[in-house]
This record gives sequence, C-alpha cells and structure tokens, in this order.
Amino acid sequence: MTKRSARSRWRDSGLALLMLAPSGVILGMFVIYPLVKAVFLGRQRCSPTGKCPVTGGWQQYVDAFRSHEFQDALIVTIKYALITVPIGLVLGVGLAVLADKYLRGIGIFRTIFSSTVATSVAVASVMWFFLFNPNLGLLADWIGGVAKTPGLLQSPGTALWAVSASTIWANLGFTFIVVTAGLQSVPKDLYESAYVDGANGFTRFTNVTLPMISPVLLFATVVLTARAFESFGEIDLLTLGGPKAKTTTLTYLAFGKGLPTAADDGLRATVTVLLFFVLLILALLQFRGLEKRVHYGN
Amino acid sequence: MATETDALSRIRGWRKAGRYALLVTLAVIVLFPIYVMVVGSLKPGNKVLNDRLLPTNITFDAIRHAWQHGHLGRAMVNSAIVSAVITVAQLVTSILAAYAFVFLKFPGRSILFAVFLATLLVPLEATLTVNRRTMQSFGWLNSYKGLTVPFLATAFGIFMVRQVFLTIPKEMREAASMDGLGHIGFLREVAVPLSRPTLGALTLFAFLTSWNQYLWPVLVTTESRYNTVQTGLRALRFAALSEPNLLIAGTVIVALPIFVVLIAFQRQLVRGLTAGAVKG
Repeated sequence: MTKRSARSRWRDSGLALLMLAPSGVILGMFVIYPLVKAVFLGRQRCSPTGKCPVTGGWQQYVDAFRSHEFQDALIVTIKYALITVPIGLVLGVGLAVLADKYLRGIGIFRTIFSSTVATSVAVASVMWFFLFNPNLGLLADWIGGVAKTPGLLQSPGTALWAVSASTIWANLGFTFIVVTAGLQSVPKDLYESAYVDGANGFTRFTNVTLPMISPVLLFATVVLTARAFESFGEIDLLTLGGPKAKTTTLTYLAFGKGLPTAADDGLRATVTVLLFFVLLILALLQFRGLEKRVHYGN
Repeated sequence: MATETDALSRIRGWRKAGRYALLVTLAVIVLFPIYVMVVGSLKPGNKVLNDRLLPTNITFDAIRHAWQHGHLGRAMVNSAIVSAVITVAQLVTSILAAYAFVFLKFPGRSILFAVFLATLLVPLEATLTVNRRTMQSFGWLNSYKGLTVPFLATAFGIFMVRQVFLTIPKEMREAASMDGLGHIGFLREVAVPLSRPTLGALTLFAFLTSWNQYLWPVLVTTESRYNTVQTGLRALRFAALSEPNLLIAGTVIVALPIFVVLIAFQRQLVRGLTAGAVKG
C-alpha cells in the first residue's frame, strides 16, 4: 500500500476505474452506443432479416419528417400531451390540496389517491379496455350513443380522449404523491403571515401555495409530457393506433404492430432519432419557459 | 361571546363535513375502475353482465382459469427474477459509481460525471432498435440476459446515491482514514449504512420500474415461457378467450402483488418519486 498522506492526483485512479467500470460498460453499451449507432442506422433501409443494404443518406430523416405518417403522429402526440398533462396536473393538485389537511382518517384518502401508481401501463390499459368495451363495459350503458356503437375506443372522434382518460387516471397517483410532497415542504408560517395580511383561501393558494410548489409542478410537467411522448403500452392495448391512425403517437409509429417500421430497423431508427430530437427540444423549451417562473426558495 | 364561538365551531363542523363528503366522492371515483375489475373477476363467466356493480354469484373460477390459461404463475416468477436481478445490480453499480464520484480523486471526474448524467436525456425508445439488434447478435433474444442486462446500471440510480453521499461530511472520511479504514471499509461500514433511506427508495423505484417494463420485453421475447406479467397480460388481451372475464381476472392477479408492495413501502415510494423534484 502507498502511504495515505501522499495526495497524488492519480492515487485513487485504479480503484475509481474498478468502481466505475460496471456502470460505464452498461451505459456505454446500451445507452450511448445505441444512440450514436441509431443516428447512422437511420440513414439505411433494412430488410426484415436485419440486413441493411440500402442507404438513403441523411435525406431519409428529412423525408421521414415530412411524411404525412410522421406529421400525423406528431400532431396526435401533441394533442395527447395537451389533453393528459394539464388535466392530470389540475386533478393531481386538486386532490393533493384537498388531502393536505389534518383530518381524522386522511391517511386512508392519501393511500387511495396514491393507489393508481401501483397499476402498470398494462394493468391500467386492460382495465379501461374493459370499461370502454361496447358490449361488456359499464360506460357504454351509461353514456350510450357513440359509446355503444361503435364504442369510445373505436370511434375516430373519441378514441384519443378515451385513451387519455386511461392515461390521466393511471398517472394520477404519481402526480398526487409528488404534489403532496411539495405541499408538505411549504413552511407553515408563510400561510400564517398571509392569513394575518388578510389573504383569503384562494389568494393564499395562488400567492403562497402555487409559487412554493412550482419546482414540483415543473418536475411533474416534464415527467408527464415525456410519458405522453413515450407512450406505447396504452396505445398497443387499447386501440393499436387506430381507428384511422387517430391514436398513432410517435412512439407507436416506431414500434407498433403492422406498421412499416416493424419490418425495417432503418426506418425505425429514423423515427426514434427524430423522436429523440423532438423530446430534447421540448425539454429545453419547458426548462427555458418555466424555469423563469419557478421559485426555488432560499 | 359564547354563542359567537358556538356559531363559529358549527361553521367549522359543516366545512369539515363538506370536505369529508368531497374526499369520499373523489375516492369513490378514483377507486371505481379497480372496484369494477375486482367484482367482475369474481363472477362466473356467463354472469358477468348481471349486477355488474355487486359481488353476486361469487366464484374464484375466473381467477383460476386466468391463472392457468395465461400461464401467469410462470410470468410472475419471470417478472420476479428479472426485477430482482435488475434491482440488486442497479443498487451495486449505483453505489460503486457514486462512491467513486464523491470520495475518490481522479482526473476527468467531473467530465465523466457529466457524460453519465447526460445519458438521462436519452429516451429509452431511441436506444431500443439498436439494443434489440445487439441482443440478436449475442443470441440473447428470448433469454433472461436479454431482459435484464441493458438495465443493470442507470444514471438515475448513480445520481440519487451520489446526492446522498455528498451529504456525508468529508471529515468523516478523513477520520476513518486516520483509523486505518480503507475506501472499501468506509463504503461498507459508514457510507452505505448512512444512506439507507435513499437506498431503500432506489430499491423500490428500480423494482417497480423493471416490474412495469412493457416495450422492451415485447421487443426481445417471442416465446411465451419468457413472458413477464406485463407481456403475459398482453398475450391474454390478444387471445381469443372462452369467457369474457378471464382478461379481467388476469388483470386483478397481475395488479395485486404490486398493490401490496406499494402499501407496505409507501414512504420509500414517495422518496423515490420525489427524488428528482426536490432540490438536492
């Protein structure tokens, strides 16, 4: 062993290498390499056997982006995010504020409101698939009309809304938990001084609560938006992207059943790399737009 | 004076009652889909349309058939193996890497950390196509290796453990070093025990994430004996079923263990989910 007091820049390097190697290998092989490789693979066209003999060049990205399939999927995804994120946030904040009081038995309500976090995408989607079923489901009888024939998931006008209902419900537990944690970190004396200043319940909410939980809201917004853009399971199980591609989101366009991408790794890489850039731009916009309004306390 | 406080407390009482009424209504709405599923799974297949909201004609037939038909026992074991391997590996790799980033001095440390952290920006979907090809070339399609190996380390886990290691005072490391405790000793006897709550949160988070994986198992497995509970449920969804409520029963079976785990470990879950939200 070398003497401990010898503070050389290199002294710990051997051990550091050993400790970082497992993570480094995995992240390198399965995150960094595949991303770089996908960028180049996205210029190729591949056969179902996995051979990629045709090179379309970088133009393939431009063509794919301009294709009406991609444009439609982008619009569907944006709509889906614009439905699920704001509604999900409002409901999550509402429930969290309502349950953030010292009441007897409030723990039970908190557990119930958090409970949907326990449902995986598959479980939540199959549940709602059953609820929306025009023959078996309750909603068909209650709502009638389009919910009965052809069914909310089968009608082009309602399918995306029906998928969104399932998503909002499934995400509710997550949003509730995150916002509740945010509310609990708001110092109580802030409310007291606002009360002394004569602020009513609503003003206290808009002037104290909202600014104080804004970091948590930014976090929830970013996560929910990313989930909307990366949704696959709910589309796969509820609608298979239909009817008339009205629920084909970007991720489903890349990995869905029976689509051109399913048999062509090159085209699939093109779409997923474009998705990566869409998400990157979105994340930058969200942080630039919202960071200014976010209050990070002391 | 007395009547005034009486009136005030009466108003408070009404407010409280109103709040409870609202809470109960919302709880019923949130739980409604779950309730419908559970009731549906307990009915005989031909009675599933009768008294849909009431548990009449209770039988466990549908649950039993779904268990057999969907090979859910096997799927449950597969999910448990895959999730356990991924969780344990992520804990180990995260602890080791985080320790190096916090307590070891080596050239390029901050650059390397930035590179690790940047992988958080890469959506899973962007890597899956190439990863599937890698698995194919390794001959790892339809195998536990294919289901687990790409997820044995995550930047999220490393970041989370690093944040808690940073809170350990440097003086403790120096004092331990004076006492002749090496890095491995300090890691095992001081750093890990001090970080137990965060490691608990990471354990639950990693387990849940891998248990709930959907797209990757769909891409790398085609044989039903490698179905996880999620892809098993998917198989049930697309199968032609003899009884309409087999799918419902299968969903209830798949959902149950995670409900139990989450109710038992609520605190860890909250910590895990909010790790990214609260400033470190």
